[in-house]
Amino acid sequence: MIFRENFRIAAGALRANKMRSILTTLGIIIGVAAVIAVVSIVQGLQYMITSQLEGVGTTFVIIQPKQQFGGTVATSRPVELTWADGQAIQRQVRNVEMITPQIFGQEEIKFRDRQHQTFVLGVNDDWPEVNNFAVDRGRFFSELDLDRRNKVAVIGRTVIDELRLGDEPIGKEMYVGTTPVTVIGVMEDKGRALGFDYNDMVFIPFQTALSVFGRDAGKKVELRLQVTSSQAVDQVRDDIRRLLRDRHRIPEGEENDFQILLQDEILDMYSSILGGVTAVVGAIVSVALLVGGIGIMNIMLVSVTERTREIGIRKSVGARRQDILVQFLIEAIALSLVGGVIGIGLGYGVGAVAVELIPGDLPPAHVPLWAVILAFGFCTVVGVAFGIYPASKAARLDPIDALRYE
Amino acid sequence: MALIEIRDVRKIYEMGSEEIHALDGIDLDIEEGEYLAVMGPSGSGKSTLMNLVGCLDTPTSGSYVLNEKQVNGMSDEELAEIRNREIGFVFQTFNLLSRTSALANVELPLIYRGLPKKERREKARAALERVGLGDRVDHQPNELSGGQRQRVAVARALVNDPSILLADEPTGNLDTTTSEEIMGLFGELHRAGNTVILVTHEPEIAENARRRVLLRDGKIVEDSITRDGTG
Repeated sequence: MIFRENFRIAAGALRANKMRSILTTLGIIIGVAAVIAVVSIVQGLQYMITSQLEGVGTTFVIIQPKQQFGGTVATSRPVELTWADGQAIQRQVRNVEMITPQIFGQEEIKFRDRQHQTFVLGVNDDWPEVNNFAVDRGRFFSELDLDRRNKVAVIGRTVIDELRLGDEPIGKEMYVGTTPVTVIGVMEDKGRALGFDYNDMVFIPFQTALSVFGRDAGKKVELRLQVTSSQAVDQVRDDIRRLLRDRHRIPEGEENDFQILLQDEILDMYSSILGGVTAVVGAIVSVALLVGGIGIMNIMLVSVTERTREIGIRKSVGARRQDILVQFLIEAIALSLVGGVIGIGLGYGVGAVAVELIPGDLPPAHVPLWAVILAFGFCTVVGVAFGIYPASKAARLDPIDALRYE
Repeated sequence: MALIEIRDVRKIYEMGSEEIHALDGIDLDIEEGEYLAVMGPSGSGKSTLMNLVGCLDTPTSGSYVLNEKQVNGMSDEELAEIRNREIGFVFQTFNLLSRTSALANVELPLIYRGLPKKERREKARAALERVGLGDRVDHQPNELSGGQRQRVAVARALVNDPSILLADEPTGNLDTTTSEEIMGLFGELHRAGNTVILVTHEPEIAENARRRVLLRDGKIVEDSITRDGTG
């Protein structure tokens, strides 16, 4: 077989119609670019989520009121989860090392003439240790601050910049809503993730937060805790479940009005979300590849008609059917692969830009080899699947008719 | 045994309900080294005969033996190989690949024969030198004159050392001077031992051949020696 010659012929034919070739492969380019971009982003996200959750350890547990996504400031529904529940857990469940409530909401903060919308979290003194998120300068609030309901705040770096708190933010007095608070500490740099800036946060004592957000905020509290050892996690979960069902007076057979998330469950949850994203994109991509393939088939049919005479000449000097078939098939595959190469480049670019928006300590946009091989494989399959009809049409041409074709 | 033995060959086309007898019982022997002109008005069947002899087509009935090989009944695959090895075509419209150098055009039959690149290059270059285009190997068809293009086509026809050179109105698109040049080239090739079959409707062109076959309505009506064998 004369494969090398066929590649040369295909390259020549594609070069002769550069613009047409590029436009034809646009569907393939978009499809492959989408695959590569999504793969590199998902890889980045997976890395980020895994590393963050590994930071809090396998002993990290979150308890949330059921069907609570994101923060709830106030609710008219009956009490679902309160800090009193949290304190009960602390007192009655064995092996709970520490526990913190967490309520949060969007609030306007002010310093002199500067204003800024930010996330305000109401937590207690154990929060940094429970979440593996440390103070960089100054200090976090103490039990004393909580007991005295001191109006103090610990802030993220972005807040310093936004409010122009200067080099010495500690000791300065700013406003959270209408409540004046004194800055006592600055949190360590945690970067950005999924467009969320972990440095754009203000921490205030839980009780102070209740007066900022209103009393109802205390009825939908998220509880975060660390278990003493990973062996005790299951026991702690079971005990908390029993305790909270009892406290909330949930009759036998009825569902919990709270949910307990363990670290590996949170990982699973994110994985299933990412898997869903990948599946949806995969479906879109297969449509793009289908459209791309039809484009290739279309242009190959045009090419076969245009080159009828060439086919006649080749047959008259001894080209067999299979020679013509392979020639046009290779051209279709080449067309598809050119789209694949451009698509991989484009997808890598898009992925790199997207990864820029995810935390700074991420490795640069990484396209795994398997994704590249997969993309090339898909392109070849598309080239063959949609090139075979035009190619066999070319191969079946009668040499006499083909030579006479004007 | 003759190089070409055609016995009672018929070619019937069906046009709707009508049957057209393009070839109606042809018997023709051609010896190796002959220089033959097939003549006849349009519609006489000379193109059909040329297609059959050139193995581009197969007869409806009858027998065609080329170089001791029975051609009728061959598969497409086998016909392609015969065309590649035994036949060298020269067409009225040159039929060169555009945007392709003279050398690459001449190489084409050798590619389908499966020769390695180096050998192809050498043979193609030698064939181009033989037709007097040794200095034009890298020119593309649109950079060559009509006569030069036809020389490239002749070089392509020759490059595989075929049993027969089959020229279909080779001067139809050329002016008188260039026609004479090309006919001179065919004369030379004939003297060098090649079998040349010329299909033409121009008597002056046919005069170059040694033997003349006249077709009318799918039948041979005259088969005569026009000159002695000097070409």
